Amino acid sequence: MTTRSLGTTGRRERRRLFQNALMTGAFSVAGWVAIVFIFLIFLFTFKETLPIFSDPHVREEASLSKFFVEKQPGETLTEQYVWQPTSEKPKVSLWPIILGTLKATFVGMLFACPVGVAAALFSSEFAPRRLREVIKPAIELLAGIPSVVMGFFALIVLATWLQNAFGFTYRLNAINAGLALGFALVPIVYTISEDGLSAVPKAYREASYALGATKFQTAWTVVLPAAAPAVFASFVLAFGRAIGETMILLMAGGNAALTTFSLFDPLRTLSATIAAEMGEVVVGSAHYSALFFMGTLLFVITFVSNTLGQWIIAQMQRRMQGAKA
Amino acid sequence: MTHVARSLFTFVVAVALVACGGGEKAGQQGSSTRSNKPLTVKGSDTMVILTQRLAEDYMKANAGTVVQVNGGGSGTGIAALINGTADLAMASRPMKDSEKQQAAKSRGAEVVEHAIALDALAVFVNAVNPVQQLTIAQVKDIFQGKTKNWSEVGGPNAPIVLYGRESSSGTYDYFREHVMDKGDFAPAVQTLQGTAAIINAVGSDKNGIGYGGIAYAKEARALAVQAEGAQPVAPSEQTVADGTYPLSRKLFFYFPQNAAERVTKFAEWSLTPEAQALVTSVGYFPLATVAASDAPATDTTATETVATDTAASTTAQ
Repeated sequence: MTTRSLGTTGRRERRRLFQNALMTGAFSVAGWVAIVFIFLIFLFTFKETLPIFSDPHVREEASLSKFFVEKQPGETLTEQYVWQPTSEKPKVSLWPIILGTLKATFVGMLFACPVGVAAALFSSEFAPRRLREVIKPAIELLAGIPSVVMGFFALIVLATWLQNAFGFTYRLNAINAGLALGFALVPIVYTISEDGLSAVPKAYREASYALGATKFQTAWTVVLPAAAPAVFASFVLAFGRAIGETMILLMAGGNAALTTFSLFDPLRTLSATIAAEMGEVVVGSAHYSALFFMGTLLFVITFVSNTLGQWIIAQMQRRMQGAKA
Repeated sequence: MTHVARSLFTFVVAVALVACGGGEKAGQQGSSTRSNKPLTVKGSDTMVILTQRLAEDYMKANAGTVVQVNGGGSGTGIAALINGTADLAMASRPMKDSEKQQAAKSRGAEVVEHAIALDALAVFVNAVNPVQQLTIAQVKDIFQGKTKNWSEVGGPNAPIVLYGRESSSGTYDYFREHVMDKGDFAPAVQTLQGTAAIINAVGSDKNGIGYGGIAYAKEARALAVQAEGAQPVAPSEQTVADGTYPLSRKLFFYFPQNAAERVTKFAEWSLTPEAQALVTSVGYFPLATVAASDAPATDTTATETVATDTAASTTAQ
């Protein structure tokens, strides 16, 4: 009797263990597929970039020194650092394009960070609950607007408004493109900041009120600093999105590769250049490798900023847990 | 995974898909050669898309026929016609007499010149711009960035804002070849997606100048263009048709007179109303319409182009 029941338990136990192993295996495989996929994409991008370093034929037209160092004769920076890969004498300086990417990102962040954080503070600290329940989904819905729609709006409507209001020489410039980009970044900044602000323990606020602070003082000097890691993480994620955003900048940025620091000039970004030029490029040519080099550059930048964002969120969570305990 | 990583991922996948798609198409072309004696067409890169579209419809209408279209440039196509590796050459320039003689010698018959479409490029400015005409040299200086102010070419004292096309565009190539003498455009040229976008930009920018197919001229005004030693000519269906407008050209098919029936039939078919409608949809001037009347391209053509351009760019994101 005892031996028999022991046998059943053993069989059941074995089946349980087998089930466990099977399911663990299935989930691991699914997880690994995603990781391997990302890795393969990176590998592919990097493989296509490789000729920049190894192929002497490609290196005649495109190499690290040609991307970053080589200077054309000329007086202005725009004449010296030129992106003209399809010219009779290809010139592949990346500076105008990196500068364009940074300009658009700068304007976008300059708009989205204050607006996003202010909106988050408003909805978590000041807005009545019912209003909050409307604002949050509404701003998050903004994230669902396809960037091509945003770009089209900026190209047709926003550019004309801005030019009429400020008399810009160029309709499509860094301000116009950056603002349109900013609209796309606001939901990212808002969502993550808002989560962080709401996660600040109630005791903090109560302590602040008990000391006689006003609502604004509490929000500004107590809640916001307590949620600073989340707010910062939202900036990092928004930055990653801004660097990689393609369609808005392709449509609203003017796509002129100018090496200038002026925000009133048209700009051309890394992602827009890839999107615009990849269609017609000869596979295996120096131009092709150069475009993939840009892709690798974007990959590295977004990867680093994303990892940083994740790390900061982890730090924040640890701090919040520490505060509770 | 975060949003950024996801969008980047989507982009890379899209690029990979496009790359694979291209490879597949090339493979298909290669394998289809065996089954049926194909009609090989080679030549002008400008005409590849047009001829490809013609070939697709032609093959649909005539089951069993295979038309193979390759680019390489007008010169390459003509060379292939001479040495017999192509049945039909596409050329965006007339064949030289020496080439015609060579072809007649090697193919044993005179070469037939068969114009299939007209291609014209207009230089656009804003409607309020007082400048009415420019010489080709002036247009070149403007797009090279040497002429920076409208007052230098008889306009108001205002900076010139340049609009152009991406380097992947055939319009870009044509303009660069015929106006810029294969030189570089100024870096300040803002490159937009499609001629319709250029017209829209120039239409809302009083200092703007751009170029593109004349069929799109709705919101902007096309300038009269003056070739060296000639009168300024405004682009119109008429001046394009009679060749007086300097930035227009005929697009040709060339084949020997003794060519097989499959060659001549395709060439004849390219002038049918059905084929000429395709010519319009690709963005060139149909020969028939130009000769017949002044019917301008309708609004729908422009809107359609915007739609396709946008769709094409969306895939790239």
